[in-house]
Amino acid sequence: MTNNLDAMTFIEVKNLSKTFDQFLANDSISINIKKGEIHALLGENGAGKSTLVKCLYGVVKPTDGQILINGNHVIINNPREARSYGIGMVFQHFSLFPALTVSENILISLDKKIKKKHLEDKISITAKQWGLPIEPTKKVLDLSVGEQQRVEIIRCLLQNPKLLIMDEPTSVLSPQEINQLFKVLIKLANSGCSILYISHKLNEIKQIASKVTILRSGKVISSTSTSEISTTSMAEKMIGKKVKEITKISKNSYLNSSTAISINNLNRKKLSQFGTELKKISFNVKYGEILGIAGVAGNGQVELMNALSGETLGDPDEIIFEDKKIGNTNIKFRRSLGLEFVPEERNGHATVPDITLTENTFLTFHNTYSKNNNFLNEILLSSNMSSNDTISIINENDVRCPYSNPLADQLSGGNLQKFIVGRSLKANPKVLIISQPTWGVDIGAASEIRSKLLLLAKAGKAIILISQDLDEIYEISNNICVINNGSLSTPKITSKISAKDIGILMGLS
Amino acid sequence: MENLLITILLTSIPILLAGLGELVTEKSGVLNLGVEGMMLCGAVAALGSVLIFGNPYIGILFGAVAGILISTVFSFFTITLMTNQVATGLGLTIFATALTGLIGEPFVGKTAASLPKLEIIFLSDIPYLGKILFSNDILVYFAIFLIFFIHFGFQNTKIGIIIRAVGDNHDSAHSIGYSVKLVRWISTSFGGMCAGMGGAYIPLALTPHWSEGMTAGKGWIALALVVFASWMPIRLLIGALIFGGITILQFVAQARGWDVPSQFLNMLPYLTTILALALISFKLRNNNYAPACLGKHFLGNK
Repeated sequence: MTNNLDAMTFIEVKNLSKTFDQFLANDSISINIKKGEIHALLGENGAGKSTLVKCLYGVVKPTDGQILINGNHVIINNPREARSYGIGMVFQHFSLFPALTVSENILISLDKKIKKKHLEDKISITAKQWGLPIEPTKKVLDLSVGEQQRVEIIRCLLQNPKLLIMDEPTSVLSPQEINQLFKVLIKLANSGCSILYISHKLNEIKQIASKVTILRSGKVISSTSTSEISTTSMAEKMIGKKVKEITKISKNSYLNSSTAISINNLNRKKLSQFGTELKKISFNVKYGEILGIAGVAGNGQVELMNALSGETLGDPDEIIFEDKKIGNTNIKFRRSLGLEFVPEERNGHATVPDITLTENTFLTFHNTYSKNNNFLNEILLSSNMSSNDTISIINENDVRCPYSNPLADQLSGGNLQKFIVGRSLKANPKVLIISQPTWGVDIGAASEIRSKLLLLAKAGKAIILISQDLDEIYEISNNICVINNGSLSTPKITSKISAKDIGILMGLS
Repeated sequence: MENLLITILLTSIPILLAGLGELVTEKSGVLNLGVEGMMLCGAVAALGSVLIFGNPYIGILFGAVAGILISTVFSFFTITLMTNQVATGLGLTIFATALTGLIGEPFVGKTAASLPKLEIIFLSDIPYLGKILFSNDILVYFAIFLIFFIHFGFQNTKIGIIIRAVGDNHDSAHSIGYSVKLVRWISTSFGGMCAGMGGAYIPLALTPHWSEGMTAGKGWIALALVVFASWMPIRLLIGALIFGGITILQFVAQARGWDVPSQFLNMLPYLTTILALALISFKLRNNNYAPACLGKHFLGNK
């Protein structure tokens, strides 16, 4: 049966289901993408977006259901077959090879035979045609994140895709790069290529997509055109309840307080070939202040976090806390002074994944447990103390556990992050240094974490927030600075710095 | 002098062959510490087959096949069953040392035919160079060819780039549709073949009779050499020649009657290995050439 409507459709998914062990990741999903349409796929983390597109790209096999391309039933066994049907995909965590050059990266994903020299010319031509400048002979590890994404896009474009799947493409880009990307996507859609655009950023979807399908717990909740739905009702459908009006906690004014921590001319060599060297970083944070450090990933955030926490050491006067020079002291000492750290990596850095929450709490607090106890008492009492502390962290922070006292990696990202932040607050810190606190965390948990930070500042504590999420930085920080290629810009008052300014400070125009 | 240079070249061939194979294996992300064991298997298979069939070329073939067979044991354990690569590699060497001792028992005291020298017309008449470079046995030419073959293959062929890609980021390789495990099986087998041929070269060209553990640590030196060469085939040749030279030094010292304890000279190749590795790791600390996935398991998609 072919009528005009069907002829407009490029790909149709009918009742697709996918189960992992007992878990139903996709529950009878149907979706219909027209030719040249930008179709957004919206949903929280764990809603099943990634599983669905992995089925379309042949990375995982659906348990049940059908896929039709141009009206014909197809079975997509692997990415190669997906590409032969004209499906290309740009992954969220890029599927690139850092030690290989741009052209080598592209060469191995092409199914046709082609000479390397010839391919390099072709890459340059395609790059120019679509406004995606790239140097084909450069190694990928020398490219910025934005450039790496261009490599992924060019890799797809070279295969003349009919459907381009983009998994959260803007999460790593600066505002300027996002505009540039949108221009390319619109140009591409006008040329007849369909785009399946995965995101949880509502404004973006409104801006670029013509249709949106909303997923929740593996099911399609709604599929409508973006002109007929407001961002508020998109958000409600996505999280499944009325967006609760968070009692807006205003930012703290801290003007008369004293300086908590000051960083003076901090330098660090890069840790690995993929690292960034820190160059003359200087800033002050006062009690009651939240300083937001924005920046595109890989510009020295990890190195800065390591230097602040004491994982890498330097000269004593590089870091001054109150009056103490602590640049050469270790983590344990810094924590005994009242500094707390929440690193970016949840599993494996902030917690040990395969031990229980109680044991993780014990690792953090065993020093304080042993303070007032002799050796024997410490052994006898600390397990009780850590389990009491764990229970109070869980209760105070609404950490939802699958069972009592689970292994750390049994918690979802959002719940684990709430636990980690709660544990740091439990230590009653004077200064909290926190990196990417809501990365990959669903909206509900993210707003809870942010309000905890605002409350902490209200209580007169200093916070250094390192984040890639500009909205978050704007929402809670008093002052903003930008880290770019290991250098930090001078902090500016939040109301006096625009997203465009930040983009320029990120070194991208 | 000519003879000395030829001897150095010949001594370095087993290390060179085994090192080249291990280089390919490691580029795909597999660390096979069983090189010594695979060389022993190659050596005993080569010697045995030559004693039976009388043809040294058959020996090369048997050595290569023995290397591949024993490497598939390693692949099965580490790639398919995902056992620890370091422990499995060490186990492989210990196992192979005992196994080859058992198999080699009947060959003790017998002498096998050596590989004939093949003089390349015209080229072998070049003064000095001709003797050194162009009148050797087939495995010398093969080893030299292999250096350039691997170098060119990694830079310019799709399969070479795929092997490097798998060693660099196996998750990405999987997500664009390559079978990480298959690529690693093939690379490990290639490594086994080269180690087997390197082992075969010892009885076929250097010492034509069997003694237990006759590779005498050459496999370990080859392993160190791969790191020393920072995973570049051409640097591997330079390294192999240096080690060949140091090994020969002890014979030179004996012949010339230098007043150095022989134990010290025996120790030199291993001492150099340790020094080289220490220097390299010092130099490489900030600039790591090692394949990013070296020694890591690929779990695949659950």
